[in-house]
Amino acid sequence: MRRRRLLAALGATFALPLRVVAQPANTHVDPIDPLIWSIAQGRSVRPGRVKLELPRIAETGHSVAMTVAVASPMTEADHVTAIHLIAEKNPVREMASFYIGPHAGRAEVSSRIRLNGTQRIVAIAELSDGTLWSAAADIEVMQAACTDGG
Amino acid sequence: MALAKIELPHEARRGEVIEVRIVIQHPMETGFRRDAAGGRIPRNAIHSLVCRYDGAEVFRATLSTGIAANPYLSFFTRARGSGEVVFSWIDDDEVRDSARARLVVAD
Repeated sequence: MRRRRLLAALGATFALPLRVVAQPANTHVDPIDPLIWSIAQGRSVRPGRVKLELPRIAETGHSVAMTVAVASPMTEADHVTAIHLIAEKNPVREMASFYIGPHAGRAEVSSRIRLNGTQRIVAIAELSDGTLWSAAADIEVMQAACTDGG
Repeated sequence: MALAKIELPHEARRGEVIEVRIVIQHPMETGFRRDAAGGRIPRNAIHSLVCRYDGAEVFRATLSTGIAANPYLSFFTRARGSGEVVFSWIDDDEVRDSARARLVVAD
């Protein structure tokens, strides 16, 4: 009896990590965040395939260079349809959404963004097969924009 | 009429993937700033923008105040043939504007 209990305990210890391996949690996004929900509509957002380039430190948040690129062949059958940018600490979290297609040839968009302080930026790419992929970048902003005269 | 500058390669080869860049003169007012008298300056940002190349849509964006003043955008498209690259946008004051440039494609 004791042996059986021990085996059950052992099983429980190993069962949990196995489930974590089977479905890696995406630390970039919270699926029940209304903004994430409006993009994902309940689909899972997986980390990967997206590269978000931002400086690690910005002197001011008024204008920060940003490039987002997605690893995709950009063919009729397999391409990026949209890229969404979210600033977690901005008064308006949805910074921009870019809509492209197979004609783009390359899934890469650059812009200059405004940041209300040190925060994490998340990019979510939507693919033609309906899957969603994400990347996150942390940026330290010395002087915030938005609420202090920017 | 807003000021905008579109940058395209001087000449592209057919089928080549080219970079299209635009800078638009626009304050992208956040709605949080105050004027000298202390009054709130109302939010006014370009919220929608579209780019058509030779009549077909190649890029579309919805923007917010999270995009810096004088918005800059860059993206890629495949050069299919010589044609007009036309950007159109609209801001929170319902002001519509556009800018155009010609892409020359060699065969």
